[in-house]
Amino acid sequence: MHNVKHHLTDSLLMAYSAGNLPEAFNLIVAAHISMCDECRARAASFDSVGGALLEDTDMVDMEDGSFAETMRLITSGALAPIPAPICTAARGSVLPAPVRDYVGGDLEKVKWQSIGMGVKQSILPTSKDASIRLLYIPAGTAVPDHGHRGMELTLVLQGAFVDETDRFGPGDIEIADEELNHTPIADIGEDCICLAATDARLRFNKLIPRIAQPFFRI
Amino acid sequence: MKTKYDPTDWISHMTRIRDAQDQAAFAELFQYFAPRVKAFLMRSGADATLAEECTQEVMATLWQKAHLFDASRASVATWVFTIARNRKIDALRKQRRPEPEDLVWGPEEEPDQADILSLQQESEQLGRAIAALPEKQRDLIEKAYFGDLSHSEIAEQTGLPLGTIKSRIRLALDRLRHAMK
Repeated sequence: MHNVKHHLTDSLLMAYSAGNLPEAFNLIVAAHISMCDECRARAASFDSVGGALLEDTDMVDMEDGSFAETMRLITSGALAPIPAPICTAARGSVLPAPVRDYVGGDLEKVKWQSIGMGVKQSILPTSKDASIRLLYIPAGTAVPDHGHRGMELTLVLQGAFVDETDRFGPGDIEIADEELNHTPIADIGEDCICLAATDARLRFNKLIPRIAQPFFRI
Repeated sequence: MKTKYDPTDWISHMTRIRDAQDQAAFAELFQYFAPRVKAFLMRSGADATLAEECTQEVMATLWQKAHLFDASRASVATWVFTIARNRKIDALRKQRRPEPEDLVWGPEEEPDQADILSLQQESEQLGRAIAALPEKQRDLIEKAYFGDLSHSEIAEQTGLPLGTIKSRIRLALDRLRHAMK
């Protein structure tokens, strides 16, 4: 497990548990939980709230023959088979399992698209209410200074980045809202791979990313 | 009529389904949970026909995934809720539900009985705490789970006493990680 310092908020975890997040946010939350047992436990405690509400809810009668119908469903083999659990940590992959599902494999399967100055992105297909992309930032490079109209979540998968607020390493998630205008810079040690989800279009304050001073701190 | 069941008993039902494909145990679980799942799906916007169909699928999935249920991390009601929630996203919202990587016990190891018991007790206590919440607060939480409150509409401070149950689950995860090594 990673030594995670930056975690998800309660409202995101509750919305995840309730099933009310846009697909792109669901994906980044699932990816963070795959790397962070603290948030896995927090998410599970929010699931227990759902369990408690379910026990206490009203009931609606099932139709006659419903149980027999369910048994038929089980024995007919109509249900989709359960995929075998994958443990990416054991396999040494960079991408957590839920992200691998969207990419169709690990890093070598990602279809990168250059956005300038060595920075690459790959947009993952999700529902339209929010978007999510993988970002590849060469060591020491800055992502253009940008603000956000909505909320932006950035999860580090490899390497690290530093911005005006703090340093973010593998498993750390930065939650940025409209107030934050930031320039994330990839740490000098290693190329940085992040997953970034947003529910609005990014606003770039400059058109072209610039090479930042190499970062020797930390 | 709401008969109070012993939640640890539901765990033995799950074990009977997992180990012996016990239909009688499944029938009892079905009788208790299916009408609740159906109500949950209808409150989430499904009509009666869709809710009926989805509930049957949820209950069938419960049978199919019985071997993945971990009583040191969830009560049976919580487990049913997560399956129903996923079905809601899939069938009602037509979206994929990305899931975190699975952590499962290997064939040789099982969760500790003491961990199972304390988690089940914590789940019951949480249920009582939720029932005792002021009406306004409980309404908000129900809206979050049964309605469609977005993450930005959910307050950061929910007032839910989740610290103890979270610590229990965390402990169970640590033991599982240790067993996986």
